Amino acid sequence: MLSVKDLAVSFQTRRGTVDAVRGISFDLAKGEILGIVGESGSGKSVTSYALMRILDAGGTIAAGEATYSGIDLRRAAERDMRDIRGREISMIFQNPRAALNPIRKVGHQIEDVLRRHARATRQDARAKAIAALRAVRINDAEARYDAYPFELSGGMCQRIVCAIALACDPRLLIADEPTTGLDITTQKAVMDLVRDLIRERGMSSILITHDLGLAAQYCDRIMVMKDGVIVEQGDPVQIFSAPQHPYSRKLVDATPRVGESIRSLLPPEDRKAELPHHVHDRPLVEVRNLTKTYRGSSGPVHAVKGISFSIKQGQSVGLVGESGCGKSTTSEILVRLMDATSGEILFDGHDIAGIPAQGFARNPRRAEIQMVFQDATDSLNPRHTARQTIADPLHRLGGLRGAKLATRVEELATLVGLPLPLLDRFPHQLSGGQKARVGIARAVALEPKFLILDEPTAALDVSIQAVVLNLLVDLRAKLGMTYLFVSHDLHVVRLLCDHVIVMKAGEIVEQGPAQDVMSNPQHDYTKTLLAAAPKPPARRQVA
Amino acid sequence: MTDTPLKTTPKATGGFDHLIYVLRANPVTLLAFGMFALIMLSAILGPALVPYDPLQTNAAKALHPPSWDHWFGTDNVGRDVFSRVIVATRLDLWISVAAVALSFVVGSVLGCIAGYWGGWPDIVLNRILDTIMAFPLFVLAMGIVAALGNTIENIIYATAIINVPFYARLVRAEVNIRRSAGFAQAAKLSGNSDVRVLAMHIFPNALPPMMVQVSLNLGWAILNAAGLSFIGLGVRPPTPEWGIMVAEGANFIVSGEWWMAVFPGLWLMMAVFTFNLLGDGLRDIVDPRKRT
Repeated sequence: MLSVKDLAVSFQTRRGTVDAVRGISFDLAKGEILGIVGESGSGKSVTSYALMRILDAGGTIAAGEATYSGIDLRRAAERDMRDIRGREISMIFQNPRAALNPIRKVGHQIEDVLRRHARATRQDARAKAIAALRAVRINDAEARYDAYPFELSGGMCQRIVCAIALACDPRLLIADEPTTGLDITTQKAVMDLVRDLIRERGMSSILITHDLGLAAQYCDRIMVMKDGVIVEQGDPVQIFSAPQHPYSRKLVDATPRVGESIRSLLPPEDRKAELPHHVHDRPLVEVRNLTKTYRGSSGPVHAVKGISFSIKQGQSVGLVGESGCGKSTTSEILVRLMDATSGEILFDGHDIAGIPAQGFARNPRRAEIQMVFQDATDSLNPRHTARQTIADPLHRLGGLRGAKLATRVEELATLVGLPLPLLDRFPHQLSGGQKARVGIARAVALEPKFLILDEPTAALDVSIQAVVLNLLVDLRAKLGMTYLFVSHDLHVVRLLCDHVIVMKAGEIVEQGPAQDVMSNPQHDYTKTLLAAAPKPPARRQVA
Repeated sequence: MTDTPLKTTPKATGGFDHLIYVLRANPVTLLAFGMFALIMLSAILGPALVPYDPLQTNAAKALHPPSWDHWFGTDNVGRDVFSRVIVATRLDLWISVAAVALSFVVGSVLGCIAGYWGGWPDIVLNRILDTIMAFPLFVLAMGIVAALGNTIENIIYATAIINVPFYARLVRAEVNIRRSAGFAQAAKLSGNSDVRVLAMHIFPNALPPMMVQVSLNLGWAILNAAGLSFIGLGVRPPTPEWGIMVAEGANFIVSGEWWMAVFPGLWLMMAVFTFNLLGDGLRDIVDPRKRT
């Protein structure tokens, strides 16, 4: 149905020509779901844009053929492509909110595509749009027709995008990271829906994702891409059990799975023995009846509703929940960037909840409680070099100056594995993993007792996530820090943490030792979370 | 296992290399910088280089058209127009730079306070700025100069006051979107007080768009100063100043002595044009993200 031969895509940039895709060939059969898996920069999205001929300015198909049911996609006139897009091939984009026009009702946006392809007239467009909304299982479709995108949740927006993509019964659906940024339960709901719709209508599909586990669960065949070439393709189970290419093996290793240890995320040659970390009986942090209430426009919003827990010295505690459950609020209160409405936080036996967050920067305990932020890019000052960023806490809180400061910064860079020449670069000149290392170096600069990790790997590729998680494990052992690891991903939490707290809607629904919670969850919500995580096939034990 | 091969990421470069790169990449910026250098030169060295004393009258040579002796002709009392145009550069540039610097500083401080802390200072500031902007700005400047007295300092104050709202609003918006950014939070964790976070971490990030504003504003400020002088406020004759010269020359256009008004007007236009072009280039130089 779709046949791609030696496709090459290149971009003209200020620094010359960049070959994003370098000669890839594949065929897609009718009714098949093909997964394209790769990390950022592998050319997987560019491939799909090339097929749709919607490459950014400067991008051209340099060589190769792409044929869709006899139509030459590379040479087809722009006018013909407009007919093909939406009717024959349609696409689901990465960020559903960005893909929808914010100032138009979603119903009208579905009508647009229907009428563009003459599938509806002025009279029956509304009815057909509502039918399309029903097809993606949106409850109360008549009412949703009049909704604006900002009134809908992320998962709902992605359903609308699906409805638009599927409105004209295309025969090929390209889904580009359709669930990135969605909660894990929403991810499952959206992916199940997309798979069912594809099967019902006998469509073919290309699923582009960085998550090998997700691809393995939903695809008939997987292609692994790296640096613009296909390094391996085949059946998902086969790729998981016996990856042939070193890169796919690295990816398979780095995907967190049940029954694996944190070291097994790394390639075999990098697996050193895990250093033990010592958990004391003495609690370092005790939280008692912590609440946070915001004043919302329609009454008070209870973000955190009286939670209590304690963290022992040296322990690593995972705080798990979906967006809006209050985990970020809790961590911001603990790190003293935000004031709680009520409750106590005993740190080393002293209540620190009463000290206003505004003045905490000059509190002697400031150096003892630090945080690694979720988005490494956002958390680095774009005008400061890596050196300035790491030096800031040492200078402000540690009182280091001159040569001592420079030595300490270099020590820290070595500790987190950041090559020293990179210290003089600005954040935009560093890769995602390097930025994460800078953020970690800054947080551990003063050897804090208590480190809060707010989804430190959420924005990273899996292989880099594996490296960063292992780095955190090593640092914990070396510096004897206590961790609070905030995440939505139970599998990642299990690898790193001794104890797990599951939060939902501002309350703790379950807590206990990590192994118990993972293997024998008590609360329904924990069970749902565990069930929603993609389950990659188990690895063959002989590595 | 490394994250990224080192060779694929660009090398960090210094500020001077970056300046050269920006100038090369964009010929318009190069042109703007060239013209800016010319204006600066005539402001600094102009009075020493001009062929005639700009205030020296010579009744015998009144209203001569442009010639090899007097490139831009002479005015109604026989002063050399070219010398006066060049000497006026220093005064006009001084007025605009001082006014823009003043409004930059005041606007930044006000905007930072409003954008970072919000609350009542934000509301009060916004209403005051709205009030200033509700007036036709030139008329407001006229009023201020007329009320305070007809001096160069008062032109500067008036020009600064009418420009403050633009800076304050721009800074307020830029600070507001960054006050809860990760790097601002991280700076607090590093022991920076709110004021330090604001001044050392957030405000510098607002500089690139500010540079565009500064450069456009320099153009407006020159135009504004010349406009005030044109209607007889501020600078007084016989001081050479572009606005006054255009005003004096305007009376003679009908009788065919066009050079008295056209040349100072042309210089004024060129200065405004230069500053408008300069904006983009300045932003590229100030923004470290362009430094790849």
